[in-house]
Amino acid sequence: MADKKSREQSRGEEVKFWGGNQVIAQAAIAAGCNFFGGYPITPSSEIAHEMSRLLPKVGGHFIQMEDEIGAMGAVIGASLAGAKAMTATSGPGFSLKLENIGFGYMVESPAVIVNVMRGGPSTGLPTHPAQADLMQARWGTHGDHPTIAIAPAFHQETYMETIRAFNLAEQFRMPVILLLDEVLGHLSEGVIPPKPGSFEIINRTMYKGDPEKYLPYDVSKQDVPPFLPYFEGARWHTTGLNHDATGFPSTDPELIEREMRRQYRKVLGNRDVIDKVEYFEADDAEIGIVSFGSTARAAMVAIKEARNKGIKAGMLRPVTVWPYPKDQTYEFGRNCKALVVPEFNLGQMVYEVERAVHFDRPVKRVNKVGGVPIAPSEILAAIEEVA
Amino acid sequence: MSFDYMPYMREEKLPHMWCPGCGIGVVLKSMIRSFDELEWDPNDIAVVSGIGCTSRSPGYLNMNTLHTTHGRALSFATGIKMHRPDKHVVVISGDGDGSAIGGNHLIHAARRNIDITLIVNNNNIYGMTGGQYSPTTPLGTKAATAPYGNLEPPFDLANLVIGAGASFVARGHVANGRQLSMFIKQGFAHKGFSFIEVISNCHTQFGRRNKMADPMNMIKWIGDRATPLKKYEELSREDKAKRFPVGVLYMDEGRPEYTDTYEKLIESLKTGA
Amino acid sequence: MVAAKETLSKSEKTGHSIAIIEEFCKGCTICVEVCPTDVFVMEVVGSRWQGSTAMVKDIDACVACMLCEIQCPDFAIVVTKGEKKKKETA
Repeated sequence: MADKKSREQSRGEEVKFWGGNQVIAQAAIAAGCNFFGGYPITPSSEIAHEMSRLLPKVGGHFIQMEDEIGAMGAVIGASLAGAKAMTATSGPGFSLKLENIGFGYMVESPAVIVNVMRGGPSTGLPTHPAQADLMQARWGTHGDHPTIAIAPAFHQETYMETIRAFNLAEQFRMPVILLLDEVLGHLSEGVIPPKPGSFEIINRTMYKGDPEKYLPYDVSKQDVPPFLPYFEGARWHTTGLNHDATGFPSTDPELIEREMRRQYRKVLGNRDVIDKVEYFEADDAEIGIVSFGSTARAAMVAIKEARNKGIKAGMLRPVTVWPYPKDQTYEFGRNCKALVVPEFNLGQMVYEVERAVHFDRPVKRVNKVGGVPIAPSEILAAIEEVA
Repeated sequence: MSFDYMPYMREEKLPHMWCPGCGIGVVLKSMIRSFDELEWDPNDIAVVSGIGCTSRSPGYLNMNTLHTTHGRALSFATGIKMHRPDKHVVVISGDGDGSAIGGNHLIHAARRNIDITLIVNNNNIYGMTGGQYSPTTPLGTKAATAPYGNLEPPFDLANLVIGAGASFVARGHVANGRQLSMFIKQGFAHKGFSFIEVISNCHTQFGRRNKMADPMNMIKWIGDRATPLKKYEELSREDKAKRFPVGVLYMDEGRPEYTDTYEKLIESLKTGA
Repeated sequence: MVAAKETLSKSEKTGHSIAIIEEFCKGCTICVEVCPTDVFVMEVVGSRWQGSTAMVKDIDACVACMLCEIQCPDFAIVVTKGEKKKKETA
């Protein structure tokens, strides 16, 4: 069997052997990230380690803040000053960041927030995986707000999805959440980083007019307001209070109604760009598995086993988990006689699945907590039960 | 000749929202005179605040302004300053926002000695939310959540921040705006974390509950207790408890400034040094 | 320059002038109390805080110490120092 080096040489590509957290850091730099504000928390800390090493080399800025809340604040401050900014944490830190994440939605600052999920709630299981922060990603921060959250399952995908997270954050001027779990964060896998220039980098649409006339939330021509960083002559204001196009506070009910719905439209009106699902053996599937992240990898093994046993199992794997791909789930479920939803929690995505199929198909849950991931055999047993 | 505040103000937003006689207006004007003396271009200044009456200040200033979450202004300001170390970053905050919920960011910004100037308008109360006691409310005084008298000893904010590592600490007050702008100007000009505590009047919430509902009464109470640092040090312990020291309380020009240190790191990695 | 309407009082004797922007003045009385030469009076209209505005009652008494301007929280006072007149020599 050819050794790794000669395989590399024959392909002309260099394979990196990276942990998932490292992948995120490397991809962030490739995407143009030039600011990281973070705080140590298992199992995400390696992202901070790698960013602290890489950022100053590219002229970017790294800071370990005094707490998670401060880290999120620093990220938004830097973003409004023009930086592509990221933070990384796990469940407890994400809980702490919630208020400032909401601030990010309100002031429409691009930012990438990585949550490498672990057992919870509270301190939970710092060194064990879980997938129980899915609903929190959607609804954790108070008030009405749209959400974009992405959950990759393979390191090559994690690399590209990290870049996509930055792109979406820039394109829609909002925080974007990247969900991993401890398994993916700490697992090492081969990755071929794409060559610079071979992938798209999206930057926020910049305002081109007279800075003195700049309106920070001018949405007269488009749903995403053009951006101008601080110190460019606009001397603009923004606040976490509901505000109008000038960035100043407003309590006008009609304005607020329009603005809040516009924020939703930024996401729900751009599903073609934001949605992403992957299918596995789905074309003729009769038993439909819906799963995300590391659990989906176990599901793939289970599906192969099921197929060997003559069961037509297949999977819909949401990569963009918020907004939830309800139309795709409906289409997938229509052709199935039953669905199986394995998730490493006590039931979160399953509510979206049941609703997406209009409660018209039996949905078998495979739920687990306790820090030991769901095994393919457990998923297979569920498939067999409903087959 | 007269001084024109308006180039630094969003005049269309005036009259401002604060109560008649509120000290915040005096603080803002003192800041503006300092900006002017230093000839800082408003385009190069970012002013960041948290939540509270004092934190509504940035809305009135004709600069790059950011009104953030309660207690968190310094963290947003840190992000701005790290990304743009060449610009002026100022944080203005009340005593509750700055030393209660914001306490952690306060001591760490000071510790880092990052080149941000923090002005705390210390009126000894949470004004905007209706007069609850704060970490600087004097012992025994009445507040909305201390109807029998405040049981908690207050911070000495200036000392706290000196202890945390700030390299410029001054205390002024609203009864002497001219002196206050001297301290603020020095703080702005100083490279490193500058902290100016301003003893200020909220006669509406604090004063009213403590027999000082009239702004001038509370301002006199402040002015009468303000004592220059050298004179203060000579007072008896009993007298010290009734007054507060005013002046540049601490200054060290020799401390490394945080963004400088980081920029040097970036340079060293370029040259491989 | 303030765009809002000002009421200007100028002293022929000293050249000092005081402009009061009534729209900004909230009638807090600080200028009245802080002025060392009794330049101001508070015109109370209705209740204490509503409609009251500071007024210059004696501009000639003004020594341009600037205390009223510095201590006015509302940007409602602008003091202009008169040009120093050279003493006439016989």
